[in-house]
Amino acid sequence: MAKEKKDKKTPFTLEKGKDGVAILTFDLPDESVNKLSSWIMTDLQDKMKLIQEDSSLKGIVFISGKPDNFIVGADIDELSSFSSAKEAEELIDKAHNMLNDLEASKMPVVAAIHGPALGGGLEVALACHYRICSRHKKTSLGLPEVQLGLLPAAGGTQRLPRLIGLQAALDMILTGKNIRPKQALKMGLVDEVVFELDLLTAARTAVLKLAAGKLKPQRPAQKSAYQLATDFNTFFKPKKLIDFALESNPLGRHVVFDQASKMVLKKTAGLYPAPAKILETIKIGLENGMKEGLAAEKKAFAELVMSDVSYQLRNIFFATTSLKKETWNITDNVKPKKLNLIGILGGGFMGAGIATVLASKGYYSRIRDIDPVQIGKAYRYAHDFLYKGVKRKYMQKSEYERKIGSITASTDYTGFKKADLVIEAVFEDIDLKHKVIKETEAVVSKNCIFASNTSSIPITDLAKASKRPENFIGMHFFSPVEKMPLLEIIITKKTSPETTATCVELGRAMGKQVIVVNDGTGFYTSRILGPYAREAAFLLMDGVRMEVIDKAAKQLGFPVGPITLLDEVGIDVVYKVGPVMHKAFGERFAPVPAMERLINDKRYGRKNKRGFYNYQAKKKVPDESVYKLFPEIKLREYPKQKIQDRLLYSFMNEAAMCFEDKILFSVRDGDIGAIFGLGFPPLTGGPFRHMDTLKVENVVKKLEGLEKEFGLRFKPAQILIEMSQKGDTFYPQK
Amino acid sequence: MAKTTAQKKAPRKKAAKPPKNRVAIIAGCRTPFVRAFKEYNGLSPLELSRLAAAELMRRIEMDPKDFDNVFWGTTIPIMRFPNLGREVAIALGNYDAPGQTVMRACSSGSQSLTSGAEHIMMGYSSCALVGGADSISFAPVPYSKKVIDPLQDFGRAKSMGKKLEALRKVPLSGLIPTPPSLTEFSTGYTMGQHGEMMAKINGITREAQDDYAWLTHKRAGEATDDGRLPAELVPVYLPPKFEKVITFDTMIRKNPDRDSLKRLKPVFDRKYGTLTAGNSSPLTDGAAALLIMSEERAKAEGRVPLGYLKAYAYVGIDPFEQLLLGPSYSTPLALDRAHLKLDDMEVIDMHEAFAVQILSNIQKLESEEFAQTKLNRKEPVGKIDMEKFNILGGSVAVGHPFGATGTRQVITALNELNRRKGQYAMVSQCAGGAMGSTLIFERE
Repeated sequence: MAKEKKDKKTPFTLEKGKDGVAILTFDLPDESVNKLSSWIMTDLQDKMKLIQEDSSLKGIVFISGKPDNFIVGADIDELSSFSSAKEAEELIDKAHNMLNDLEASKMPVVAAIHGPALGGGLEVALACHYRICSRHKKTSLGLPEVQLGLLPAAGGTQRLPRLIGLQAALDMILTGKNIRPKQALKMGLVDEVVFELDLLTAARTAVLKLAAGKLKPQRPAQKSAYQLATDFNTFFKPKKLIDFALESNPLGRHVVFDQASKMVLKKTAGLYPAPAKILETIKIGLENGMKEGLAAEKKAFAELVMSDVSYQLRNIFFATTSLKKETWNITDNVKPKKLNLIGILGGGFMGAGIATVLASKGYYSRIRDIDPVQIGKAYRYAHDFLYKGVKRKYMQKSEYERKIGSITASTDYTGFKKADLVIEAVFEDIDLKHKVIKETEAVVSKNCIFASNTSSIPITDLAKASKRPENFIGMHFFSPVEKMPLLEIIITKKTSPETTATCVELGRAMGKQVIVVNDGTGFYTSRILGPYAREAAFLLMDGVRMEVIDKAAKQLGFPVGPITLLDEVGIDVVYKVGPVMHKAFGERFAPVPAMERLINDKRYGRKNKRGFYNYQAKKKVPDESVYKLFPEIKLREYPKQKIQDRLLYSFMNEAAMCFEDKILFSVRDGDIGAIFGLGFPPLTGGPFRHMDTLKVENVVKKLEGLEKEFGLRFKPAQILIEMSQKGDTFYPQK
Repeated sequence: MAKTTAQKKAPRKKAAKPPKNRVAIIAGCRTPFVRAFKEYNGLSPLELSRLAAAELMRRIEMDPKDFDNVFWGTTIPIMRFPNLGREVAIALGNYDAPGQTVMRACSSGSQSLTSGAEHIMMGYSSCALVGGADSISFAPVPYSKKVIDPLQDFGRAKSMGKKLEALRKVPLSGLIPTPPSLTEFSTGYTMGQHGEMMAKINGITREAQDDYAWLTHKRAGEATDDGRLPAELVPVYLPPKFEKVITFDTMIRKNPDRDSLKRLKPVFDRKYGTLTAGNSSPLTDGAAALLIMSEERAKAEGRVPLGYLKAYAYVGIDPFEQLLLGPSYSTPLALDRAHLKLDDMEVIDMHEAFAVQILSNIQKLESEEFAQTKLNRKEPVGKIDMEKFNILGGSVAVGHPFGATGTRQVITALNELNRRKGQYAMVSQCAGGAMGSTLIFERE
């Protein structure tokens, strides 16, 4: 393996204390975080052997030398370098051997955790005999492998359920979620939570007590029936007894696995193989013992790591990693501006969402909205989000106060003079936007950046109202802002590098995946959404039922179907964007004529609880009365494959055109934008990755076929035709 | 108690050298004042303070990290944040500004200003956030020792039996919490009772009190309608729904009706009293914030201040005579320190604890006998021109969150001084503990 370099400096240092406690510190040289890889595991195993031979020692503390992380997981580069399942199995064997050795150590090993302990990092801690973590905000524990289409394969599927119980373990491994220290203690994932400054002292003490047999860890999931029944607290938490009844015997466990399988199938639509493998592996381990469990784990991992789904999910991981360092041709000497105050125009859903995220990240904002009712709603939006932390007890009330207090609001422009950046989030209307741009520039300083949060109007057109086009930029957030991970930044030919750098940095500080694209109608995301949404409307007109369209899309891996998406985005919004796109791109974007009838029927989507779906009922159901608006529709059966092709190919074709038109700087940005902004199926790796998988020539053939059947709107992008002739791919192939 | 007279006392120091650094009052704003236990129920004085201060920073286009000191008045300390002043700085994200909570009863707002001003005059600070807040609704309700002691034992007890035993000792009657009372510690009388005494000693009739109350409500109502008072207010959106927003002081009786004032029953002395809910200041929740700066810095930043602090005086008086007569003593002293006369004032704002206290102080300021026997002066302090006195109404109408009132008065008085383009304004309070304070401001 290329990564295995014998000359690498050992990341482990050993310090023997007078008290007989050995402190084993893991500090990977030249890296900001600790990661596990093959050579490190070999090294660790050797170190452990040496320690075991030292009879003067009483026990070991395993700790990280990094200031803010324990071990963040395995080296994903190495996982992606396997050429066969056998290589993967060899790595897992190594990990199993090392951790089995660790677990079998005669002297106690205590893991002292500060900062994230994720994936392989947590699995190392699980093999230790006792775990102490700091109560610091940065400390979190989790097994996120499932998010890369994998499973925890360093014994995680075996040791975790034995430590914290089956249901809790399934929840952690299937969702990949992070556990905070307090919760970790409660569920028995760690044995102690201490201040980070006490971490080493506490770990030393634990080693000595364990060595002397004076410390018997009390873990909730490991209690016997007798212990549970006689525990005073059980009286107040009868669920513990139910859990025990379910998890202590094969019959009960069968019920749990059955439930979990159903949930997994519902969530993954059967598209992602990892969750099912996880269930299977855990079950084998619990029914047939640890040894068989570990063997199953190894086999499952090797299969998953070689699967296409995991390959694409890892590609997304790499893309987001490289995105964090991307500069989009901005040179190093351009420094982002400091943002002391951010003005927000419009306190609607979008403006409130932006203010909320800014507040949670420590930025001051000032909302301007002419309607006090709207201001109240914005405050409520921020309150509801920020107060969650206080309710769930991971945020101090004072911190909430500080954060909510960083948002102020007014019906006029007072306070804007000091703004360093103003984000406009008023209604999508060019005249209104021009008006507020002029009003804002009259009060702000000349260095103030103006960012429009338009979802479709070209930034160049908006910048016409500005006296300072070099300070003008587009920041396209997605709703709800606190949940949607993408920020699409749109630059014009005149946008200054400093303006771009400032907004990119802000977006990253807000925790967003930031892509920068060139200006054009609909930029990237709204533009590729257009043909996809239109195709859904065409399908409806062709007599396909709404829920059938949505289901077909979900079976491709979209989180929601296009009809639901229209309801969420707002039918009126899409309707308003239609003519703009039509004007810019011609016949290809001609509005679906029948859509007007939806608007006339005041169907705007979820926002007014009147759309394709009926939102009055408890459960969202298709609103059959929609069909009454279209008497010409004859509902009929329609092949699923055809629905999926029409949706997927209209999406991918437009993405290719955006690349051709140089809206996109790179296909990586295109894949990230489609996945994180529009929910394009992650298992495909994004539209460009998917076209590579399908092969461009096949894509062109399929599009030509669709063009023949449905007309001009499926005409293949020129770039696709050229690529298919040359046999090119979007990404270099391995 | 011995009857002390002014003659026996050492003379109070009248004049000081003018300070090197003049203190500029930049601007202020406040939350609307509301009746205790009403709209702001559940909002802490810190939240109210933060709302006023954060908005002030934006209105004067200033970064919340640019002031270097905080002084904050409050009279009901909250156990969870005993130093409210520092918490205000932290709540605004200004970790560098040290904060102090000041307490001088109803003069706490004024005290916050002069404490900040002293640092500026010494050259130790260039800009201070000052103000005050109180929330009666948020006040801790204390249990009596009879309840607390057994509860302490309950906490310490290890066995179930001991715990039960401790609980059994809690007297049922003790579970009714002791309501916060405004009893003067030194005299044992409530403020209202002191007011009643003053009415009788000074011969202030119920009718005169009601007439004054009518006037202050009328003025506050007009100032609300024409926007003078609302301009000083920060709209408060009420959590957790933020649907209701308070934009006006809610206790002002607009278009007050003299007859309905007359019909009110006395509240402190039901048999022989004259003080009613109509002619007394109500229990109030609210906060006010003000920014002060050295003249030098204000000029450098191109700010146009509302005015400058000219002189001030705090006095203590005999609590066993007339508790709320402080302004009659502090006013002549402050005027002397400023080398000015009462006539020079264009705007006079005196805190209205009760109508009777206002009328008593006016009586004394205008009295030759009072001047000679109590102040050791030949001439009375001066005549009060009601056209310059509490022009926008006062605490009886607007309300009186103890810690914030002084700050409210400064904001209102200086805004009015600027509207009138006058030269001098005066703000004074009587305060619990038998104290008086007077602050004098000048324009330019």
